Amino acid sequence: MAALGKDLVGLEHLSADQIRLILDTAEPFKEVSERPIKKVPALRGKTIVNLFFEASTRTRISFEFAEKRLSADTVNVAASGSSVSKGETLVDTAKNLEAMRIDMVVIRHGSSGAAQFLGHRIASNVINAGDGKHEHPTQGLLDILTLRDRFGRIAGLKVAICGDVLHSRVARSNIWGLTKLGAEVAVCGPPTLLPRGIASLGVTILPRIEDAIAWADALNVLRLQLERMQTGFIPSLREYNRVFGVTRERLARAPKDLLILHPGPMNRGVEIDSDVADGEHSVILPQVTNGVAVRMAVLYLLAGGRAAPAQAARGDEA
Amino acid sequence: MKPILVRGGRVIDPSRGADDVADVLLAGGTIEAVGRNIGVPDDATVIEAAGRVVAPGLIDLHTHLREPGQEDLETIATGAMAAVAGGFTAVCAMPNTDPVCDNQGVVGFVVSQAQRAARARVYPIGAISLGQKGQQLAEFGELVGAGAVAVSDDGKPVMSSHLMRTALEYARVFGIPVADHCEDMALAEGGAMHEGIVSTRLGLKGIPAAAEEIMVARDILLAELTGGHVHLCHMSTRGSVALIRRAKDMHLRVTSEACPHHFTLTHEACEGYDTNAKMNPPLREAEDREAIRGALRDGTIDVIATDHAPHHYDAKEREFDDAPNGIIGLETALPLAITELVGSGLLTLPELILRMSTAPARTFNLPGGTLATGAPADLVVIDPDVEWEIRPEAFHSKSRNTPFAARRVRGRAETTIVRGAIAYQRV
Repeated sequence: MAALGKDLVGLEHLSADQIRLILDTAEPFKEVSERPIKKVPALRGKTIVNLFFEASTRTRISFEFAEKRLSADTVNVAASGSSVSKGETLVDTAKNLEAMRIDMVVIRHGSSGAAQFLGHRIASNVINAGDGKHEHPTQGLLDILTLRDRFGRIAGLKVAICGDVLHSRVARSNIWGLTKLGAEVAVCGPPTLLPRGIASLGVTILPRIEDAIAWADALNVLRLQLERMQTGFIPSLREYNRVFGVTRERLARAPKDLLILHPGPMNRGVEIDSDVADGEHSVILPQVTNGVAVRMAVLYLLAGGRAAPAQAARGDEA
Repeated sequence: MKPILVRGGRVIDPSRGADDVADVLLAGGTIEAVGRNIGVPDDATVIEAAGRVVAPGLIDLHTHLREPGQEDLETIATGAMAAVAGGFTAVCAMPNTDPVCDNQGVVGFVVSQAQRAARARVYPIGAISLGQKGQQLAEFGELVGAGAVAVSDDGKPVMSSHLMRTALEYARVFGIPVADHCEDMALAEGGAMHEGIVSTRLGLKGIPAAAEEIMVARDILLAELTGGHVHLCHMSTRGSVALIRRAKDMHLRVTSEACPHHFTLTHEACEGYDTNAKMNPPLREAEDREAIRGALRDGTIDVIATDHAPHHYDAKEREFDDAPNGIIGLETALPLAITELVGSGLLTLPELILRMSTAPARTFNLPGGTLATGAPADLVVIDPDVEWEIRPEAFHSKSRNTPFAARRVRGRAETTIVRGAIAYQRV
């Protein structure tokens, strides 16, 4: 039995120790991606299906690299062009995959709860690659790993999550993971984009971006979905940037340098200005690099690999 | 038809304020006599009811029977059977069938199917608007002539205040209530559960309490404007209770109902994305549940209704966002009410029978709800003390969608008599 259980659905139900285990396991895997031959045999013979019901570039490729660098056999299934587009239900899709004797499913789905739904119905390990507005646990983990790389600790760190928290699975996974590890977390955004009762998750609400910048050690700037304007949550992208945008001018007034994270893809000039995204305190690309290592760690731990991570990363047989 | 003597039970009849050990003699489809030591007529069937409660049959003002159109989920026959198994002698069938019950053809079909089933009485509710589209008034005169007892657009809230106004005014001609599902569609759009801390945690779009309360307030104002009788379906929030309380203080013709799931569960039941906890209006907060209970106690809410909503098992076996709303309730309403309301000391058994039989009959102006001599011989014998576990596989309904599976409850119907004949006898 792996220390994480069968599935990784979210960070809400993980303990601080389980989260630390994943982060610590990711450390030796970082190095694998720096080698000329980026492959270790830890998951050789394992079959993994990447089941993506929503478009994704970064997350899908990151998972695929993680799987291939662990020597797993992978299949990518996109919703369009599959039986899903012919009206097949999620449970039927899952049972058919199961019938082909797979080991793991990585699922991205537009409905909250879809990963848990799948996990309860198939024996394979299920990894949530983002379900609706619920959680995106590997994104939360890679954000936390990136913060730990830069600050050397998570406990006591002040992290402000800025923007469209209402529709964000990244926000929820960050909130659970960071608070469990002892960080102080605030959310900042227009009240129309903050979910009801968010404070019950143990976060502070900061009404203005200036307040968040003055308070935080790091900002995690969320993507603003462009359709939020049509659905009436904000007046315009221009107004959003004017009131809530993370700009160089606002950062210049901060009492200290802030680390800037963004889960991507960015809307430059909307939630974040280009000179901030490309600036010296941005860790947006290191986040992406860490994403592969974190996903290798999660795949490795769920598969119940018997070699210690360091050995697995060296390529020793279990 | 042989006479039936129900002997030695605790006879509870809220219509007469009666609560005594007595015999009840049924003959010729009506209540012949109620009293002590009634002799047994030669040819009578005797039902021994010592230790049991004998009450007027329960009446459900809010049932979905799915026929015509979705007979794979429920038929009038299976729904009427589930009703009598749950102690109901009459149910009111909502018009959201296919085709919609907006003309005398469909009303007549429901009536004739119910006669063939010969279980619970089934009273059709006609649509307010043609096709439940919220535009043109249905022909209430024709609907009532064919047997409709009320009008409602059911799960399609009447968003047009003008249409609701004209429906309330026009319904006065026929003395029927206009039943409304109160939900501001713009506020509720896309919502899958109550908007609160659980929806925030689960990442599901919430339906705020205000979506219901806005329409409750509007309907009350229109009842005041028109003098019509508005019946507010499945009330779920503390704010709605406060609005209705005020309307009752003003003596407006406003009645309302609450469902067992809303006085039993809260939005916490949605944890784990349990689609059997998905319903509309959604399960609310503990404070709302307490307000609903208080309103049933003081009469602010008149009636307990089931909102019995059958769905096929695989329709609920899917993502929470995509699962249909609703649960079945005919076979769980009475035990839940006894367990949650009587067992907790909130209501007495006579008060419960009032909310489930006498008040529903008065609210929709239906026969029954009484054991007065000469009244229809619709009666239920209840074992109020038996403890049992809800097992959906034993339901008479065609569907199994309930969040109450494996729940321990107390009390159930043992014998249900409709029109002087035994329609259900627990074996």
